[in-house]
Amino acid sequence: MADIVKVLIAKPGLDGHDRGAKVIARAFEDAGAKVYYTGLHVSIEGIVDLVEKEHIDVVGVSLLSGAHVTIMPRIINACRERGLNDVVFILGGIIPQADIPSMLDAGCDGVFTPGSRLDDCTNFAFQKVAEKKAAKMMEQMTTSAVTGTLKIN
Amino acid sequence: MSEKKFVTRTGYELKRCYGPEDIKDFNADEKLGEPGQYPFTRGIRENMYRDGLWTMGQYAGFATAEEANERYRYLIEQGGTGFSIALDLPTQMGIDSDDIRADGEVGKVGVALDSLMDIEALFEGIPFEKVRQIRTTANADGVVMLGFLVAFCKKKGIDPNNISFFIQNDCMKEYFCRGAYAFPPAAGVKLSADVIEYAGKNFPNWTPVAVSGYHINEAGASAGQEIAFTLANMIAYFDDAQARGTDINVCARNIYFFLGANTDVVEEIAKFRAARRAFAKIMKNRYNCTDPETQRLKIFCYTCGSALTAEQPLNNVVRVTLETLAAVAGGVQTIATSSYDEAMSLPTPQAVTVALRTQQIMAYESGLTNTVDVFAGSYAIEALTDRIEKEIFQYIDEIDAKGGAVKCTEEGYFQRILSDNSYKRQRAIDDGEVKIVGTNCFREENEPEIPVFKLSSDAQEKQTAKLERLRKTRDNERVKKALAAITEAARRGDNLAETVIEACEAYATLGEMCNAMKEVYGEYEPMKIY
Repeated sequence: MADIVKVLIAKPGLDGHDRGAKVIARAFEDAGAKVYYTGLHVSIEGIVDLVEKEHIDVVGVSLLSGAHVTIMPRIINACRERGLNDVVFILGGIIPQADIPSMLDAGCDGVFTPGSRLDDCTNFAFQKVAEKKAAKMMEQMTTSAVTGTLKIN
Repeated sequence: MSEKKFVTRTGYELKRCYGPEDIKDFNADEKLGEPGQYPFTRGIRENMYRDGLWTMGQYAGFATAEEANERYRYLIEQGGTGFSIALDLPTQMGIDSDDIRADGEVGKVGVALDSLMDIEALFEGIPFEKVRQIRTTANADGVVMLGFLVAFCKKKGIDPNNISFFIQNDCMKEYFCRGAYAFPPAAGVKLSADVIEYAGKNFPNWTPVAVSGYHINEAGASAGQEIAFTLANMIAYFDDAQARGTDINVCARNIYFFLGANTDVVEEIAKFRAARRAFAKIMKNRYNCTDPETQRLKIFCYTCGSALTAEQPLNNVVRVTLETLAAVAGGVQTIATSSYDEAMSLPTPQAVTVALRTQQIMAYESGLTNTVDVFAGSYAIEALTDRIEKEIFQYIDEIDAKGGAVKCTEEGYFQRILSDNSYKRQRAIDDGEVKIVGTNCFREENEPEIPVFKLSSDAQEKQTAKLERLRKTRDNERVKKALAAITEAARRGDNLAETVIEACEAYATLGEMCNAMKEVYGEYEPMKIY
């Protein structure tokens, strides 16, 4: 797949600790992705608008204030409400171990806490994107096989 | 074959061994002086810790004022001599708890303070006579914090000058490190200077600004950059205050630098010494300050949270010990130590206690307090101190040439340097070039879980209900008038302190007061540099 993966690094809420967000943005860029960075204090709507407009594949949300419990599910749901179902969601920051299962349940694909390696995070995201694309293609093939109009882009 | 380089944590390459040739032109009188005398390299007091230990002040505060009050009382009972009021993000940014933007953030990283009512609850039963210093992290809205504190004292019949309040009041680093800004940079500097001017004149015991290198350090600065950028921000405030006739020789007697201490003991000791020397020279030569008190750099030091790891968290006790050792050997005035569980959540009471005990052990068992500036004269320390000082002045010159700290911030100069550094460091950690025990070496599988502090989640409801009650019961006519007076004063370019104090006494809320200012100043549009 020669498509360039598009990554949005988002800093929602009022949390201003952006060192991690900036570092991971650079790491994605170095790994060949096209990176968008929201800057601080972006609204949930602002994130969803960008995802839609720029056809974002990966949304990386960075939160260190404890607000992930509220904010992360809202972002995911807001994207789904707009029909953006193939987006990969990654959460990074100070996320207590106890909160990870609920984040995954909410639809987050991966959670990266302090000590994570940059390449592990980017590779994980790229792999998830590939998986979702493959799954989508399978789905399309099945539907097209039924209707008899096979078309693969 | 490329030779292995030995560098300090922030990148100063060190020689195998230092000797007399490394400090050839070293003139001890000029470089060091006596402890307590210009240029204060060896410390700002003649006897340093022999005359009294540093203030052991912990950073704490969460949820509601009532809950934070309990922890302060606990810390004082445990022998703490000061405390720091950690504010939640809405409070730091001038936003009320019932504002839509505060949703999910109320009481999270600090306490929510919406009005004088919360300050009253926060200080309920605090034995002020046992407290040497009360610090707050208000920056963008430092002037409102001043208003709250003065209004509280007036109501209780206490002379505000009798409590040593310490307002961080450093908005500049918010724009390029920390993100809790409210107004555009020029207005931010003006408001910080308002506090410096007002408190400098009326409350000489207060610390009206703690110019902060800590966040610059945490954002990826080298030792020299941390001090240089901090000095550049200080210069922005002082120039603004001076331009309106404030005498720096009077108002700067009690200002602090808030600096970070990381685990590289050698580098940090040299940094604190270089910071004192550079500061003294700037106060003397740039501001013509003649009062030696204004040339003495008081340092509040916080052990760097970014050095702590989520893996094997008990190891963080050792890291904090190293950081504390560097701070004490570096001769600082106040220390706040991090708790070992901070990479996971807000600290548990047990972790907070270990952090305080770390300072007490350093004070009573390490031997470092018996003699002043114990590392002075070490070839390596003196050479590194010189080198960091040299770098500081190179940056100051460069920032001056670019038009000062506000200009540099607006152009993204600081932001670029810091994000370059932090990306390089993260890569070096990932590549194993920099070793972090437990993270990229000596890892353990199946680590035992440690208890994590659970925050009561009803702070937002409690604060919202309180605000609703307040807005119904206060004298709203008085509030309206007071808020209009703030806007007027801002329009005229006056110092806002007095109008803000009146609004606080009328129980105007933080958000209302900041909105009254925003009518004139507008809001800051964040940059998207990475």
